[in-house]
Parts: sequence; C-alpha cells; structure tokens
Amino acid sequence: MEATTSNGKFKVIGTRPIRHDGIDKVIGRAKYGADYAFPGMLFGKVLRSPHAHARIKSIKTDKALKLPGVKAVVTAADLPEAANRLEQAGEMAINPHYLSMNILARDKVLYDGHAIAAVAATSPHIAEEALKLIEVDYEVLEPAMTVDAAMKPGAPILLPDLRNREEGDKQTNVAQHYQFKRGDVEAGFRAADYVVEREFNTAMVHQGYIEPHNAVGIYNADGQATIYCSTQGAFDVRSLSAQVLGVPVGKIKVVPAEIGGGFGGKTTIYLEPLSVLLSKKTGHPVKLVMTRSEVLRASGPTSGSKIKVKMGATRDGKIVAAQVWMAYEAGAFPGSPVGAGAMTILAPYTIENLQIDAYDVVVNRPKTAAYRAPGASNAAMASETVIDELAEKCGIDPLDLRIQNGVKEGSPQVVGPPFRRIGFIETCEAIKNSDHYKSPLSGPYRGRGVASGFWFNAGMQSSATVNIHTDGTASVVTGSPDIGGSRASMAMITAEVLGLPVTDVRPLVADTDSIGHTDVTGGSRVTFATGMAVYEAAQDAARQLRERAAKVWEVKPEDVELHDGVLSLKEKAEGKAPMTIKEMATKLARTGGPIIGRASVNARGVGPAFATTCVDVEVDPDTGKVQILRCTIAQDVGKAIHPSYVEGQMQGGTAQGIGWGLNEEYFYDQKGILRNTGLLDYRMPTCLDLPLIETILVEVPNPGHPLGVRGVGEVSIVPPPAALANAIYRAVGVRMTETPMSPPRLLKAILKKRAAEETQSAAAD
Amino acid sequence: MHAFNYESPSTLADALKLMKAHGEKARPLCGGTDLLIQMRAGVRQPEFVVDIKKIKELRELKFSARAGLRLGAAVSCIDIAENEEMRRNYPGLTEAAHLIGSLQIQNRASVGGNLCNGSPAADSTPALIALKARARIAGPRGEREVPVEEFVVSPGRTVLKPGELLVQLLIPAPAPHSSDAYLRFIPRNEMDIAVVGVGASVTLDGDKVKAARIGLGAVAATPLFAQKASESLAGKKLDDAALETAARLASEASSPIDDMRGTAEYRRHVTGVLTRRVLTIAAERARKR
Repeated sequence: MEATTSNGKFKVIGTRPIRHDGIDKVIGRAKYGADYAFPGMLFGKVLRSPHAHARIKSIKTDKALKLPGVKAVVTAADLPEAANRLEQAGEMAINPHYLSMNILARDKVLYDGHAIAAVAATSPHIAEEALKLIEVDYEVLEPAMTVDAAMKPGAPILLPDLRNREEGDKQTNVAQHYQFKRGDVEAGFRAADYVVEREFNTAMVHQGYIEPHNAVGIYNADGQATIYCSTQGAFDVRSLSAQVLGVPVGKIKVVPAEIGGGFGGKTTIYLEPLSVLLSKKTGHPVKLVMTRSEVLRASGPTSGSKIKVKMGATRDGKIVAAQVWMAYEAGAFPGSPVGAGAMTILAPYTIENLQIDAYDVVVNRPKTAAYRAPGASNAAMASETVIDELAEKCGIDPLDLRIQNGVKEGSPQVVGPPFRRIGFIETCEAIKNSDHYKSPLSGPYRGRGVASGFWFNAGMQSSATVNIHTDGTASVVTGSPDIGGSRASMAMITAEVLGLPVTDVRPLVADTDSIGHTDVTGGSRVTFATGMAVYEAAQDAARQLRERAAKVWEVKPEDVELHDGVLSLKEKAEGKAPMTIKEMATKLARTGGPIIGRASVNARGVGPAFATTCVDVEVDPDTGKVQILRCTIAQDVGKAIHPSYVEGQMQGGTAQGIGWGLNEEYFYDQKGILRNTGLLDYRMPTCLDLPLIETILVEVPNPGHPLGVRGVGEVSIVPPPAALANAIYRAVGVRMTETPMSPPRLLKAILKKRAAEETQSAAAD
Repeated sequence: MHAFNYESPSTLADALKLMKAHGEKARPLCGGTDLLIQMRAGVRQPEFVVDIKKIKELRELKFSARAGLRLGAAVSCIDIAENEEMRRNYPGLTEAAHLIGSLQIQNRASVGGNLCNGSPAADSTPALIALKARARIAGPRGEREVPVEEFVVSPGRTVLKPGELLVQLLIPAPAPHSSDAYLRFIPRNEMDIAVVGVGASVTLDGDKVKAARIGLGAVAATPLFAQKASESLAGKKLDDAALETAARLASEASSPIDDMRGTAEYRRHVTGVLTRRVLTIAAERARKR
C-alpha cells in the first residue's frame, strides 16, 4: 500500500489541529456515562464484601425490599451459571464462570469490596439505605494477600476448582506457569565476568482514571437491552455482558459515552450486566455509578509482583545470560499480565542465553484489569535497574550498554519472529544527544537515571465508514471510543486521503449497532488499526469519487485522479474542467446516489514500541522524599499523526510511571481490608509533583502500516520506575528494590546505608 | 447520604438554642470540607446540621498589639492567609491555614473547623498550640475556655459537649522578638495530609531563647504540646546541640502508629527532622522582629 499524498508529502498528517470534540469537553457539554438520564430512571447501588475472604452462608434481602422506594434486589442467584472454560468473547479469551463470579459473588467473597448484591431504588440515597438492610451471614476465612502467602504450602485456597498443568489434581492458587528458554543459561553465566542478582517487590497500583465506572441499563419488553456506559470497548461490553447474562450478543446494544480516562481499566465489565438485570426486574432504566472508594476497592488494579532477576555480562559489556523468576498477583481470579511481563522484561536486548519462569497467582485482592502496557512497568523496574548495575560494574555509560546490546531489525524476540524495522537504539541515541543528558547535573543528593521499555502494541479488528455529504464535507465513523485524541487522528487521516481541510471532516464514535465490529481501544491499537480501516475507507470513498467524475466526464475511472480535494483528468480535455469534491458532491444524486466509503480490517503488521526515559532527582536525605528536577522521554512513535496527542500520551504515561515508582500503592491491613480507598491516601502525582515532561519523538516508520503508524499509547509508562530507582542510586547511593520508593522506604534504606558506613568506619578506626 | 435537616441561624443565641435542642443529633457546619465527606461515607450521620457561617462572633478576625488575636471559629483559611496582620504577627499559623487542602478548600474551610474535626493530623492545630491559643466555648451552661492542646481528646473527638460550640480562638499578642513557623511532611508537594506536622514559636532574648513552644501533629492520637522539648530550649543558644536535644525530646514525645501514611519509626524520625527545621525558621523570623 502506498500513502496518497501530494508530492509524497503530507498536508494534514503531522500538523496539530484543534480536536473536533474539544469545545464540548471544555464547556462541559460532552456527555459522560454518569450524565445520562431517562424518564422513570432508577438508581442502583452495590453491596460489597467487608471481608477479604469468606464463605457466604446466606443472603437475606426481604428487609431491603420492604424499604419504601426500593424496587428490586439482585444477587448471584439471578445470574445464570456460566460455563467454566475459556471462551471467545470478541478478541478476548475469558472464563465466563469467573467473570460472572466477579460481577456478583456466588459462594464466596474473595476480596474486600467484592460485589454481593445490587439494589434499584427511586433515589441513590434510598438504594444506599437498602444496602444496610441486606443481611449476609459470612464464615470468615483466612486470606492470602501476597504471592508469597498464596504460593506457600498449606496456603488458603481461593478457588476450589482451580488447577494447573504441573500440579495435577492438587488445589492451588497458581493458575499458570509460563516458561521461556533460549540457549544455555548456566554456560552463559559461566562466561560472565560480572553477575548481578536482585529480588524485587512491587506494589499493586490502580490506573487512576478520574471518572468512576458507570452504566445505565434499559431492558425492553421485547428482550432487547441497551447499555450506556463509559468504556474503552463497546463491543467488548456487549459480548462480555451477553456471556454473563446468558443472552445472545445481538440482544444487547452498547452506546459508548465520553470517557474520563481508562488506561486499560475500562476494558472489562462491572456494573453493566447489573444495570440490565435491575432494569429487567423493574421495567425502568437503572443507573449505577461507582464511588471513588468502590473504584479502588473493586475495579481495575494491576498486579503487585515479586521478581528475581539474575543477569551476567562480560567485562566489555556484552550481556551473556539472564534468568528471571516472576510471580504476579492476579487478584481473585486468574489472569494477571505476567505473560506479558515475561515477554517484555528482556525484550529490548539480544541475550543468547535466557530463562524466564512466570507465575499467575490468585490472591484475595480485586481481579486485576489491563493497565497501560500491562505487566511491563514492574518487570522493567527489575530488569532495567539490574542493567544499570551491570553498566556500573563494566564502567560503561548505561545508554551505551543498552545501545551495545539493544535489539534492532532482525534481532530475535522472546517469542515470535525476528523484529522488523524498530527504533529502540534510536531512542537511546536520542536521549544521549538530548540537551537534558548533555547538561551536567550538580549539587548534593542529586542524581540522574535512565531506563528503557518495550511494548508489543496490538492490531485486531476495526471498522470504519467515510460518508461524503452533499456539500462535499465528510464524516468518518468508527467504533473506537476516543481516549487519547483519536477522533482528531481519524479525521486527519480522512482529510489527508481526500485532500479536504481537517475541519471539513467530522469524526464520530458509533454504538454497536451503527458500525461494524471493532475491538477495544487498547493495546495502543486505535491509530494503527482503526487508522488503517479509516485510511482504507477514505481510499474507498476516493475511488468512488473518481468513478462518479468519470461518469460525468464519460471517461474511464482510471483516467481520473484526485489530488488535494480536486478531481481531474490525468490528461486535460476540452470542456472537462477539474472539479472540487464540493462540486462533485452536488452531482452525487444524479450519478448513482450517496457515497459511503467503507473498510474493515483484522490488522496485521503491528510495529512494537520502545521508549527511553531520563530523569533527574533530588533526594531529601532526612525525610526520603524525592523531587523530580527534570524528565525527558524519547519514544519511537513510527509516524506521529497528531504530534500534540502523541506527546500527550508520552507525558501521561510518564506521569503514571512516576506515580507508580514513587508513591502509589494498595495498602491492605492485616485482615486484608484496603485502607487507602480515596485519592488522598492513594497518592497519584499532582501537577505540582511533576516537571514539564520533555518529549522527543523518534519517527522510525512502521513498515507494516500504510502511514508508518506504530501504537504510541503505552510504552511511556514502562521506564519511569526503573529510571527513578537508577537516579535515586546516583543521588544517595542506595539501590531500591521495592516500589513505591515512598519516603518511608527510601529513608529506611538511606539510614541503613548510613549505619553500615558508620559501623565500617568505626571498625576501620 | 442519610437525610438531615439544615438550619442557618444568624445569632450565637439562636445557634446555641438549636444546638441545645438537638444535642447529640446536631453537628455544626462551617465549610463542610470534613463534615460532608464524613456524612457521605456514613462516618457521621447528624440529624441536624447547624450552619454557623452567618454568626457575627464566629466571623470575627480582630488583632490588637495589646490584647492579641480573636479569631472567630468560622473565619475561612483564605481570609487568614490573605490578612496582612496575620502574616506579619502569626506567620506560622498563617502558613498552616494556607496548607489545608487546595485553594478551593481554603475558601470554605476554617481553622476552627480544622480543630473541631478532631483529627490528629490537622495542620493548624500544632500551629495554634505553639501560639498558646485558647478555645472559647459557649454552651447551655455559659462560656468556658480550654487550652488548645487539651481540645482534642481522641481521633475525631473533642472536649465539646452536646450543645456546645467553639466560638473563637484567643491567641496572645506576640512578645517582642518572637515569631512562629509551621512545617509538615507530605509525600507529595500539595493536596495531601500531614504525615508529621510541627509548629513552633520562639521568643529570643539577645542570642538566647527566652521561651519556645512546640506543637506536634499526626504523631499521636491527638495533637500534642511537646512540653519537655519546648522547655529544653529556655535560656539556651539555638545551636546544633540545643536543636538536637529539642528534636530528640520532640521525637520522644510522639507516640505514632504504623499506617498507610507512614510507619511509626518513620514518623518519629521525621518529627525530629521537622522540629529542627521549624525551630530554625521561627528563630530566624524572631530575629527580624
């Protein structure tokens, strides 16, 4: 495929137009999930477990039902028994049994906040009062809160039916063991001059989207249901809800609302099937909106983990062997991103001898959901600090060590065929040549660290239509909820192909009945895959425009060309003057009717992404507090369609990675109850905690995409925790092996080092 | 949220009548920055909410060089932070009021409310303790005064009995060559709650400390007056040894817990660190007066 451009240069792509959905969002007119209201609408609330692990002996709802204003109560008894096996739901393989048990607990509650029942009432306050009248009799069980606790012999078992291949018929909390091997690890370590071995513990963290989960369900007497909700994937909400409710997919329509952040956490379902169930029982639309506390207790987080990394290098800096053991908290049901962690942890380097063992472990915490490059940031915290230590031992600049061992076109991947053209080394070189890296950093307790990261990116299915209106403007319709400025990018691609001003193209996100199947907005796939569908749909519209012009001029379509929005004959002819699309649009009715360009793709040719981040910190040695002085990220973005939104993705991911590294953590007490259920004590960085994050766009076009696009949304979150740890080391001389590197943890390490030095100097005296 | 009745009396007498009539079922409301959150979370469920923002005595901010400060319980943090006399005479209390929440919160919240909420981590309370503030309380049996360090009795509970209201905070006029300061430790740079808070006032006599008061926050079940640490400074030069002693005594006075905001060990250490720093700042300010 060749890009249609004027003189091989882009006119629209690479510019920075104002987003089409900007005004509505700025003035507050845009409709988010919680903004929907319908006549007769009821309000739902969810009863949640106060225990980390307990058997449900009975649930009594009669008192709640008697409260005036309460219209219905649902429990797991209202859900069909779902199949206990992996099933395809859209592109995701899910186990409907576990998904259903997470929507409403069946026999056991498995984490603090686990949903047990839902109430619909005439006001949210009555619904809340009704929750207090539901009587649940629990037999409290011992929880397993960490991978260590869940993996040890005799650990409390969460899911009695869970088995893995290695342990046969034994009950277990280990859902999966993945192993990846290459070469001969032991021989590799024997060849190493330096070996570094470290153990890491990283805390569970939340995506931190500001908009809580929400859903309005409307069940019609004819058996059709409509769900309005804030989601990254309307088609996924439809297929997952259909699984849980035991109805065919076609019985549900999902209308995606504007979305106030998702970062992966809005790719699954929580309230959606409850809204339909309650609507079915009451005959009214039912709206449910989570509180912040519910969001933190029961949605989204990504895994805490324990990771051991051993890496060896020769004196001249060649990494010769690596061995990794990693166990991720899946939450209450199988499915942590440990597989992705295993496949990303060593991905930036060519290492001949490696072995990676990865374990997916269920623990009494909320079921984890995707979070921006799932599983990669905590993995990189481990590997990228060990790399830093190796560079120090070898006496090589940490960027040079990365460049020396870095993957390039033709290098092997941990899994899959060799890399095609990629830009990892270019990101290291971009940092090396940056003003930031070249500027000296001086002053006490200050340090600079670098780290790199990898993310696969995804392809999958997308659909698009491009409609030519009667005035020659166009609309582009996709099924990809816009979480990162994708509407603007889709309009820009359409405008580029048709030669229209970008303001003449209106981008729309459609519901599940109004566009072909489109997979989730995730995996950094929208600009890549939906962009590919849009590119092809616009080409289809352009082809039809040429055909119509050929009809008007009574020539063959191949004699007509479209450039910069003007249709003309390749060879000029008398009385057949060029026509703008606008002029052609007035003739559509007479030449065959409206033009709809359309395309659907199951996108191949995904181009993976790499990023390298450099950060300067200053540590308060008496309190352990870290201030970030400067931060720069260089990322291979393929081709930036709208550079501002690409920069925004890079800055956003970096900010989240910094929060992960410094202060964010799920804090459970001894009984397994989450203590920090608000944003005061779940500490995401505020704008006052971050410098302006500098961005360097490295554009190594993806050969698998007509416009060179690579996914850009995720990889930026991968390097920051490790880059911070490396910077802290240079500032105060301690190697941190835990996240968050919060003031208490860092101070403890500093005081320990100080005490050791004092003992040493006392011994020397 | 539980249903409740809302009243907004315009005189202290009316407010006291309402408070008396509803007793334990009533809760005064100023900015609501703590109360509304607690009501939403179901932590407090008052049947009657009595808005005290319209009462003259509670809105008063009056300073005189002789009598000191009368600070109405409903004066907003921002009115304190933007008051030139407050900044000059009580810089520590002013900076504490200016640290509570965001600007939006400071427009609603009051120092009186910060105290009545009874949180051990309240930012303005250690600053008030350092200034030797007294709480003027009115109730069914008339008025009484309580030293601020005795006001909070346990987390979320104060000396206020059913029917009583905090009317004003009474703060002595600053002595010659004295000033105050407040520092808190938070993991972030803003929008956070104190992991440790230390307020100090220092009065100098030449190059020596004549008197000092140190208030501690977030390191015990209630805000504390660190008496031994304070008294250790009297008659001493504020050198490294004196600072070290005061810091150690302040750490020893704390009895923190482990929680999600920090470990006990961490809080004890940082109490010492902040005590040193805040005394140094207060003394610097005092030298200029």
